[in-house]
Amino acid sequence: MSAEAHGHDHGHDHEHEHHHKDTFITKYIFSIDHKMIAKQYLITGIIMGIIGIAMSLLFRMQLAWPEESFKIFNVLLGDKFAPDGVMANDIYLALVTIHGTIMVFFVLTAGLSGTFSNLLIPLQIGARDMASGFMNMISYWLFFLSAVVMLCSLFVEAGPASAGWTIYPPLSALPQAIPGSGTGMTLWLVSMAIFIASSLMGSLNYIVTVINLRTKGMSMTRLPLTIWTFFVTAIIGVISFPVLLSAALLLIFDRSFGTSFFLSDIYIAGEVLHYQGGSPVLFEHLFWFLGHPEVYIVILPAMGLVSEIMATNSRKPIFGYRAMIMSVLAIAFLSTIVWGHHMFLSGMNPFLGSVFTFTTLLIAIPSAVKAFNWITTLWKGNLQFNPAMLFSIGMVSTFITGGLTGIILGDSTLDINVHDTYFVIAHFHLVMGISALYGMFAGIYHWFPKMYGRMLNKNLGYIHFWITAVCAYGVFFPMHFIGLAGLPRRYYTNTNFPLFDDLQNVNVLITTFALVGGAFQLVFLYNFFSSIFYGKKAVQNPWKSTTLEWTTPVEHIHGNWPGEIPHVYRWPYDYSNPNHDVDFVPQNVPMKEGEEVLHH
Amino acid sequence: MTSLLVIIVLVLLAVALWQLTKIFDLTQVGSSSDDSQVASDNDNNVQGYIMFGFLAFIYIFTIYGLLKWGNLALHTPASEHGLLVDSLMNITWVLIFTVQVITQGLLYWFSFKYKGNKDKKALFFADSNKLEAIWSIIPSVVLAVLILYGLYAWNNIMFVDKDEDVVEIELYAQQFKWTARYAGQDNVLGKANVRLIEGINTLGVDMSDPNAQDDIVVTELHIPKGKKVHFKMRSQDVLHSAYFPHFRAQMNCVPGMVTEFAFVPTYTTAEYRELPFMVQKVANINKLRNEKSAELVAKGGTALDPYTFDYLLLCNKICGASHYNMQMKVVVDSPEDYKKWLSEKTTLAQDIKAAAAAEKPAEGAEATTDTTAKVKDTVKAVIDTVKAAVAKVAVK
Repeated sequence: MSAEAHGHDHGHDHEHEHHHKDTFITKYIFSIDHKMIAKQYLITGIIMGIIGIAMSLLFRMQLAWPEESFKIFNVLLGDKFAPDGVMANDIYLALVTIHGTIMVFFVLTAGLSGTFSNLLIPLQIGARDMASGFMNMISYWLFFLSAVVMLCSLFVEAGPASAGWTIYPPLSALPQAIPGSGTGMTLWLVSMAIFIASSLMGSLNYIVTVINLRTKGMSMTRLPLTIWTFFVTAIIGVISFPVLLSAALLLIFDRSFGTSFFLSDIYIAGEVLHYQGGSPVLFEHLFWFLGHPEVYIVILPAMGLVSEIMATNSRKPIFGYRAMIMSVLAIAFLSTIVWGHHMFLSGMNPFLGSVFTFTTLLIAIPSAVKAFNWITTLWKGNLQFNPAMLFSIGMVSTFITGGLTGIILGDSTLDINVHDTYFVIAHFHLVMGISALYGMFAGIYHWFPKMYGRMLNKNLGYIHFWITAVCAYGVFFPMHFIGLAGLPRRYYTNTNFPLFDDLQNVNVLITTFALVGGAFQLVFLYNFFSSIFYGKKAVQNPWKSTTLEWTTPVEHIHGNWPGEIPHVYRWPYDYSNPNHDVDFVPQNVPMKEGEEVLHH
Repeated sequence: MTSLLVIIVLVLLAVALWQLTKIFDLTQVGSSSDDSQVASDNDNNVQGYIMFGFLAFIYIFTIYGLLKWGNLALHTPASEHGLLVDSLMNITWVLIFTVQVITQGLLYWFSFKYKGNKDKKALFFADSNKLEAIWSIIPSVVLAVLILYGLYAWNNIMFVDKDEDVVEIELYAQQFKWTARYAGQDNVLGKANVRLIEGINTLGVDMSDPNAQDDIVVTELHIPKGKKVHFKMRSQDVLHSAYFPHFRAQMNCVPGMVTEFAFVPTYTTAEYRELPFMVQKVANINKLRNEKSAELVAKGGTALDPYTFDYLLLCNKICGASHYNMQMKVVVDSPEDYKKWLSEKTTLAQDIKAAAAAEKPAEGAEATTDTTAKVKDTVKAVIDTVKAAVAKVAVK
């Protein structure tokens, strides 16, 4: 026993010495400390988020006031793409493409999962750091590099990639088909290849850390749901991202070396190209084999964060802890066998469509379990409406609203007529875009004290949430109707179709909500950046939470805990446990003599 | 102008909120305790009421949306299978609205009802197998019904009976236009490949194929009411998607393969125009267009043409810069009118012959373009050899 304690002390001394030698560069730039890397992910994610959302506001303005002149277009897009302030049609597609890419990969994958997996995995399982701090650092810097390459692609001569974020060939393979498929597309592919390498390194690290570095007593069934979702997310990432990498590589081969994996029988710009025998449908399969799990890579961490925050702020255990784990596993498993629902009308055999309809609609069952369990968690709670709690409730709300329309889109028969219309935009923005964004905001409001040792201003948080909540519904709810009217997505303007003239007022309304909602994100940005420096000092456990991260000191230290790592004696949701007088019992508090476990 | 107004309103709102938070912050001076940024009982109370207000917002916004925008959605389907699609859609909508109203109601009602305060203690309620069984089984049963209905409909729509008497039409997609090819007397489409594209044979039809001799190429699609139309779709360059919203029909056009979709139109264009909902819709659109025309004329522009309804074929898969304007007019005729219209069209073989005859005098002009094409070909061949060499090196 004493030898073990000695070993720990020794380890700690070593850490301590190391800490003193930190220079600016090792501490803030090439840091191997998971807490610093989490913050790096977050700040990078926020910057990318600003760019991604700003782009959406630009193309929303074009949709509401088509081909009207706005000075800001000319300022931001330049004379080539917005002469006299009128947005050109090819840059419209580029904006749509890069908005999707940035939001899905750079904000909601790296920014969300990268931030919170890094921050919370070691802290919540009781580990001094990630299994490989060095690999973790490389993972961040590869992500940073990929973001830089993606941003560089915005400035190439012919414009950035414009074939949609799904980059279906042949459009993405042939510069003759769209200018953005030249250098812009090359940079897009390079950026994504680097991104995937980054993501794989991060995911492997998360998996190894969760499996090997849990503190004494932290069995898998005592893990907070956050860790479960990060763990499962990392597994899905490792399974599916390499497939996108192979798709990207094969596309690079088709583009640069004249192979025909995805291309066949093409006549363009007055000549027949040499490609023969390839199939764009193959690319669609490879793309969506990642692309669909990707939406769960985005939403699962948000679900984990929301579960944790809801339990803490309801002062109640999360309802159905084991059912929540089972549903996460079920969703993860199903997510890898439903990709074909993006391809009902791709020309693949309709029989496959039947199979994918079946597997897709099955996902509604674990999703329903999760939604009902969250609602039941609120029942008879003692709800503390911190901003994080508001965003969590908002997430459940948008997840339900957006998820329900999935029953329509996942049904091949109904998909025929709403496929690729604004109905799809409304659906996925609510169910994975806004929901994941809410999860991310909830996480930021909740763990800001852990990251920066200071509190975010709650009143600004309330304003941020309510305006965002109204605007999110204001933007995406009306989109269902214009989708049902048959309006296709990715149209630069609808003025060529008098049939759609009666939708124009709705488009103006949507854009107005988008502009207001976008502008109010500035409230969050102000709150975030000013609170880093001037926020109220945080106490050690401001939300009276049970998980281990709140047992670490407010000031960050290498190795997380100054002394021995705490042992774990109970599950993470002992809120309002009738055996105790206080309304929360942290995981490191031993069971009282004769105390029974009150949950399954 | 509108945008300027919006921006001004935004700025004013931001200033107002800024002031509000300042006041909030001022009221908290004095309470320098560290938990001043944690929700107090007062916050819980206020936010709880706003939660309730937000529930009202969702309900009212939904009802407003249904009343105001409900009639924008596509109405009466113009195809036989469309009825099946729409009935499944309606059943699904009833289910979705029920679940949406109940779950959102519970979520925000609980948020309001159980807003916290210091004297309360929450109920320790960790799990209940019974409840969880209920909300696993009910969705399973409901979904089983939806899946079965959906698959029944899907199989009916997608699998074309080979023996059935159908009208064969090829839809040909290219950046950024649609072309249609009719199979002619024999009702068999001639073979085609993009490698055979030459002159006015823009679809690459194999003119040595006997089946191709009576094929007819047109740019306006006419289909007969009450007969099954079997579309075979090709694309010459990138992915396109043939989307007929009014017929509840859609299928991607993929270079290198032939995709298909079949449906039976049930209203001629003239009949569909006369449906009460359509009369109203067109009147509404024309009202909006008149307002816009007045604006345009005031600015010195030309007025917009009044709108009459036509079925449309749209491209619904991003296909390039002018994707937003890739459309073809679709006309549903009575079978007699259809026959008459088709009989007036010349076949592709006749067109080619006529073009060849017309070309002869202009041979000189043709030659120059030929040389540029030849230069292009040589350059291309050089590039191809280099590419092939690179590929070989890469393989090695």
